[in-house]
Amino acid sequence: MKHVLWLVLKRALASVVTILVISLIIFIGVELLPGDVAETVLGQSATPETVKAFRKELKLDLPPHVRYFTWLKDFVQGDFGNSLANGRPVFGLITWRFANTLFLAATAAAIAVPLAVILGILAALYRNSLFDNAISTTTLSFISFPEFFIAYILIGVFSVQFNVFPSLAAISPRMNFGEKLYTILLPALTLTAIVTAHMMRQTRAAIINVLASAYIEMAELKGIRRLRIIVQHAFPNALSPVINVIAVNLAYLVVGVVIVEVVFVYPGLGQLLVDSVSKRDIPVVQASGLIFAATYVTLNLLADILSMLSNPRLRKTH
Amino acid sequence: MLKLLRQSPLSARIGMGIVLLNILTAIFAPIIAPYGETKVVGDVWELFNSQFFFGTDHLGRDLFSRMVFGARNTIALAFATTALSFSFGIVLGFFAATLGGWTDQILSRIIDIIMAFPTLIFALMILSVVGSSVYSLVFTIAVLDSTRVYRLSRAVAMDIEVMEFVEAARLRGEGVWWLMRHEILPNAMPPLVAEFGLRFCFVFLFIAALSFLGLGLQPPAADWGGMVRENAGAITFGIYTPLLPAAAIAFLTVGVNLIVDWFLRVASGLKD
Repeated sequence: MKHVLWLVLKRALASVVTILVISLIIFIGVELLPGDVAETVLGQSATPETVKAFRKELKLDLPPHVRYFTWLKDFVQGDFGNSLANGRPVFGLITWRFANTLFLAATAAAIAVPLAVILGILAALYRNSLFDNAISTTTLSFISFPEFFIAYILIGVFSVQFNVFPSLAAISPRMNFGEKLYTILLPALTLTAIVTAHMMRQTRAAIINVLASAYIEMAELKGIRRLRIIVQHAFPNALSPVINVIAVNLAYLVVGVVIVEVVFVYPGLGQLLVDSVSKRDIPVVQASGLIFAATYVTLNLLADILSMLSNPRLRKTH
Repeated sequence: MLKLLRQSPLSARIGMGIVLLNILTAIFAPIIAPYGETKVVGDVWELFNSQFFFGTDHLGRDLFSRMVFGARNTIALAFATTALSFSFGIVLGFFAATLGGWTDQILSRIIDIIMAFPTLIFALMILSVVGSSVYSLVFTIAVLDSTRVYRLSRAVAMDIEVMEFVEAARLRGEGVWWLMRHEILPNAMPPLVAEFGLRFCFVFLFIAALSFLGLGLQPPAADWGGMVRENAGAITFGIYTPLLPAAAIAFLTVGVNLIVDWFLRVASGLKD
């Protein structure tokens, strides 16, 4: 057990270093901005005085390393600076949108994970049957489709033809949980279609991989029933790769949400990021980018830790 | 090669047909398209009729002509990006494998960190800093995507690097560049070609996504992702023309995937 703990610790440390380096890259990226942020934002007509005041407000008059540490310290304390577009604090802009993004991703995950695991196990069980081929072809095409294609097909069918779900996921804090779910069902279904395809294919591959091992053949030769082989022999060993697949896809879900949010005009962090990129609202881009990156790295870390803990071989070595 | 083609399964032939159709459309765009790329020829969002096969777009331009020109822009852009990404990835990956030691360590750790960062978010942040133009778009995506190519080409080159013929060439006194070019590259081709197909799909969808977000080719140039964005409003009126460019993207990606699938199966010796 000590061995695993050490592995987990090492892995967590690597993630912290990764996030720090990413924050440095984000910071340097803005440093490299051609010209001066102040001049870019204020435009050609700005007087030297306004540029100077603006530079002071962004703390551009300090040396770079001092600014990096101040920025990082403020960031950790929840002070993300002010938006260049409307002067409001970035923190307030981001928190409610980030909660929305997580809500959408969680809803999609709640539908996609059980669906993908069940389909994956079934496809592996009835390998090379009609069912398996049908599922493989469907998922392969879903992987090839751009996200917005699936999204617009769903809009076309469910909100234009049958008019049962709204095409705009205009969520508001006043709604109760049921109303919120109803509003975001179409975007959640779009995300489900995309991640289920990936997760199901990988689950199928993981289980087929385990089913090919010698001990499964041994169990078969002993005459154990197929269901028992799967539950008692194959599943514990397939669990580790499957958990890993799920967590990696959840990380993808949180990031892949960007396009879907734009299609459905959903007030999430992804939409804010895209808007801020076209407006070149740097503080908002920095903050939302770092939050996305941190979430992504954390979920990937979780994936690795869970698969370490659920791997019987790693657990038993001392 | 011809024998291999004759033995190809139906799915791969469909894939090749799709890719060929797209390439021919892209090459002969000015001949095929009945109207100009940016010419306003009709009313806004006209439906399918004998004059306009696919109807018209949000400014009254012929959608069919724009899709034909869009094939040219979109495919050329994705192809150029993938090619650039492969040259970066292969050169760095081979360098890391042949030189080993510190070069390998430093390169691999940098690549690890870039890969830990979600690609779309990274691309959005870079484009927000450098501004979106065709060149920055191609360069950004190529750099981000080359990390995957680096991983593969390094792993493949590692296996080849320990072979006797490489050792022999090394003892002959050949330089690193020569080793990479004449000994490793020819032997690393099969996995790299399959990867090229996969990366092309990924880059193609990625550019489509960025164009859809308004950060790809700038109007009035036609590209499929951007066309979906421009015409998306029509869907709420029950006009489905914006789905056509999106379907074209899906169509080409499925085609390339079918070929890659077959190629991988042949290369891996028909494993399950």
